[in-house]
Order: sequence, then structure tokens, then C-alpha cells
Amino acid sequence: MQTQITLNGKTFETGSRTIQQLISEIQSDSDVIIVNGFNKEASYALADGDNVVLIKRGEMPDESTLESMLMARNTPAVHHKVKQGRVCIAGLGGLGSNVAIMLARTGVGYLKLIDFDIVEPSNLNRQAYHIQHLGLSKSEALKQIIKGINPYTKVESIQTKLTVENALSMIADCEIVCEAFDSSTEKAMLINTLLNENPNVKIVSGSGMAGFSSANTIKTIQKFKNLYICGDMVTEATFENGLMAPRVHICAGHQANMILRLLLNLETV
Amino acid sequence: MFINGTLHPLRASMTLKAFLESEGYDLNRIATEMNGQIVPKSAYENTLIEDSTRLEVVSFVGGG
Repeated sequence: MQTQITLNGKTFETGSRTIQQLISEIQSDSDVIIVNGFNKEASYALADGDNVVLIKRGEMPDESTLESMLMARNTPAVHHKVKQGRVCIAGLGGLGSNVAIMLARTGVGYLKLIDFDIVEPSNLNRQAYHIQHLGLSKSEALKQIIKGINPYTKVESIQTKLTVENALSMIADCEIVCEAFDSSTEKAMLINTLLNENPNVKIVSGSGMAGFSSANTIKTIQKFKNLYICGDMVTEATFENGLMAPRVHICAGHQANMILRLLLNLETV
Repeated sequence: MFINGTLHPLRASMTLKAFLESEGYDLNRIATEMNGQIVPKSAYENTLIEDSTRLEVVSFVGGG
């Protein structure tokens, strides 16, 4: 009796009843077994339609296997939609660097990373960079980090400052913009420029995430048809009340989740 | 007129710029939608608020 499964991203018909038998059948030396997104024992009994991934611990899987593994945790419909997604991350600091990584992990197909800045030590309290990245441009460092997580995410990195003059053309090939600037006036500039000139682009912005007051005040709201804002809306970063990893990451999580929802055509918060 | 969904008495019509300033907004840190349309900053001075106006204003704070 044959069972139809997907094995490492490809359709496979097998007479094997269990994973153990399958491993023998294909003469594999795999030691990591993942079925439908979850770790299983070799004794697992195969069923029609199972998505099976067999890999050797520590070895880089090939593209279809990696893709299959990412898909397995999402439903196939989610994966295909996010893979078509084109998202611009404007600002690669505490919000932007973390949003970009979450979207890469989620399988977003194309990320455009824009920031003029370079990585310096004070960034390390909340931004996604490591000591090895000090002195590199954030756009380049983040591209390297993403390649080490999902090498099949297309990443375009641009070391430049977004201004009134170039913002429109810079984001033109992206359907969603993550606004992740530090300065409130720059936030207003980017949002006003894009909303006024591009009726189709959706913006997910961050505002108010400093300090260590209750994390429960961080939320996502929709303001205007194409603008979503994540944060507590009020807690400005000041000398006395700085940006710290927990609340910044929560805000970044809100942004990444809203971007994911938009990629899945879910427009409510 | 309505601002952010709240009824706001309007004694006389005034420019959007004057209204926003009187409400304490920093014009460099906001985005504004009037009757469902985003208003460019350059138009604040030439846009009039009336009784029927529905205004949505969002203020941004620094940090990110």
C-alpha cells in the first residue's frame, strides 16, 4: 500500500509505514525528523498528505527543503502569499532591524532595507546587531544577518537617508512600508509624503515605546485608511527615559504582525 | 466639527493651521486627515475648518 507524502519539498510515494522505514528506504543519514512542522520520533506512522522533512543536524538544507520547512509551520496559503510580499523597512534601528528579521523568518519574499547609519555600540542594547557588525552600515549588517536566517529572502540594502525628495521613488516597488525612524519629525515627513503622493502604499509606523512602563500599553491602531501605528503613542525617547529592548521589541512585534496581516489581505488591527 | 471622533464646538471658521496650533499640536510632528482625505502640510494655511468638518489628527513621538 502506497502513501503519498511530501518529502523535503517534493511529492513522494512510499511503501514505508513509518519514518524509520522511510529513512532506510531512501538510504538517508538524517537525524532530525520534522512532520507537519513538528519534531517526531522515527516510529511515527506516515499518513497521506504528511509533509516530511529529514535533515542532518548542522547541514544546510537545499532550497526546496528549507522552503518546505518554513511552509510546514505556516499553512501553504500563508506561505505563498508572504513569499510574494515586498516590504520596505525605512530605518534599521531598534524597530526596523527587529521587524526585518521577523519578516524574514516568516518567509516574506522581498525586503528593501534603508538606513544611512552605521552600527555603533549603543545600538546593541536593543537593535539586532552583534559586536562583529560594529562599524558596518546597518543596511549591510542586517542583510548579512538575514542571509544567515533565511538565505532565500531577497534583500536589497540601501545606505541612504530618506528625504522628501527621494522617498516616493525609493519605496515605489514595495506595497508596504515599515516606518521605523527615530525622529518624530522624520516620521511625520515620511508618512505625510507617502500618504499624499501614493494612494496605494500601506504604512505601518512605530510611535511611543521608550522606557519600561507597562508593556500592556503597547497596541496597534488604524488611523486613516492606509496608516497603522504601533506603540503606546505617547512615551517619547528622552535622556531620562531611553529605548530599551523589551518594549522596543514588543512594538516591533506589533509592526511585524500588522505587516503580516496586510500581506494576507487582513486590513483590520 | 469633529476632531478624532469627538464633537468640538467651533465659534467661527478658521484655517486648519490656526486650529491645530490652538489645540497645541506641533505641525512638524503630525499627520492630518480632513473629511477622509489626507491634507498636505503646505495646505494647512489655505484650508478652512467648518461646522461640518471631520478631522483626524495623529501625533508622532520620537524613538525607534
